[in-house]
Amino acid sequence: MYKWDFSIVTQYWDLFLYGLWITTLYTVGSIILGVLIGMMTCGARLSGWKSLNFIARVYQETFRCSPLLVQLLWFYYAFPLLVGITIDNHVAAMLTLSLYVGSFYAEIFRGGIVSIEKGQREAAAAIGMSTAQAMRRIIMPQAAKRMLPAFINQSVIQFKNTSLVSVISVSDLAYMAAVVNGQTYRPLESYTVMALLYIAVLFPLTQVADWIERRLRASD
Amino acid sequence: MTVQTESAHRKDQQADGPVLEAEGIRKAFGALTVLNGVSLSLARGEVVALIGPSGSGKSTFIRCLNMLETPTAGAIRFMGRPVGRRFRDEPGATGIGTLRRRVGMVFQHFNLFPHKTVLENVTEGPRIVLGLDATAADAIARDILAQVGLAEKEQAYPSHLSGGQKQRVAIARALAMRPDVLLLDEVTSALDPELVGEVLTVIRRLANGGMTMVIVTHEMAFAADIADRVLFLEHGVVCAEGSPQDVLINPQNDRVKAFVSRFNQ
Repeated sequence: MYKWDFSIVTQYWDLFLYGLWITTLYTVGSIILGVLIGMMTCGARLSGWKSLNFIARVYQETFRCSPLLVQLLWFYYAFPLLVGITIDNHVAAMLTLSLYVGSFYAEIFRGGIVSIEKGQREAAAAIGMSTAQAMRRIIMPQAAKRMLPAFINQSVIQFKNTSLVSVISVSDLAYMAAVVNGQTYRPLESYTVMALLYIAVLFPLTQVADWIERRLRASD
Repeated sequence: MTVQTESAHRKDQQADGPVLEAEGIRKAFGALTVLNGVSLSLARGEVVALIGPSGSGKSTFIRCLNMLETPTAGAIRFMGRPVGRRFRDEPGATGIGTLRRRVGMVFQHFNLFPHKTVLENVTEGPRIVLGLDATAADAIARDILAQVGLAEKEQAYPSHLSGGQKQRVAIARALAMRPDVLLLDEVTSALDPELVGEVLTVIRRLANGGMTMVIVTHEMAFAADIADRVLFLEHGVVCAEGSPQDVLINPQNDRVKAFVSRFNQ
């Protein structure tokens, strides 16, 4: 019978907390950058400019159709050889995470905007609004409501996805759990604490997400 | 003093000439030609009804009048000035923005803003496009909502209104811009039969009040009753044009006769 002993692991509490902090930092950072990338990509897709639309699509499909792990490895190990410069693992991690989530955000933003009936744009135009005014006052407030559930969902996934940066030695929560395991030879306790920490952060977030979704549906 | 005289003079000129003109409007979607040279000159206070079978191009034509559709060829003139292809006014041409500010439109499917209350739907144009402050815009909106019989609904959201009420809000939204011309595109076609009357009553009152209007409609009796002039469109051209008496009641043209007789059964 295995004898659980969490006291060994909890000695390294500070390492877990540091890992959790790094995970949070990468999540929040990549979400902010991803929103910016997503907005620009969405704008390019809807610009009506063919070459811009094409470039945006190539970017989107590349990142949506390859695993994040593969992207991280490529950006850290392959990309530097291609361009002849070394890239810090932190930069590679943040860049890849942002580009990855940005490609999904772009699709969420685009889907929300094109889901608004053509008549809304026309009604706004018919009272003399410019395209920008119609977008800001009429289209976006309605589209944002439709985007929100998918946006929150993607952001929750992003928090979990950051665990992959441990493979290029970024000291996130998954990486730190491996460090503690290396010190204690207690994989069961080390990795259980890690798993519980992920759940402790994400469970409340998914509850908030569900609540927001219910409220939005009620207001329709 | 001179400036005043000049502007008064210009106003007189405008009052004499047509408010809105369309000349040789052609519209093609790819290989499909929907309009093949349709012209219309609209005098101030005139009510023109566009009738014709579905697919005849009447909706496309009325949407060209406020440039929701860009004509493939032909010209739109507003107050005697050509309308350009840009939103802003240019030296030789009135901008699309100015045109739409002064030519209101009501749609078949209402297109109310679902995230705004009835009052906000009506004040949106005056506030955002005309730049009025909230107090002034609210006053205009309440006045117009009272005219269309919806004063007590100002805080309601569109989803809580009947079709007839929605369409009256849409009319109020267009009127709040104090338009020179009102374009009505099959505004009763999406309504339950028992709700058509309340919308037609509002339109009739506008016509009697001297509002310049272009109306696309399938309500023949209504068209015959309020229109000064009727245009019958088929296959993208005007087949017959004249007074309701000539076009609808005693049609000379065989196609028009066949079309109108179906409504008189």
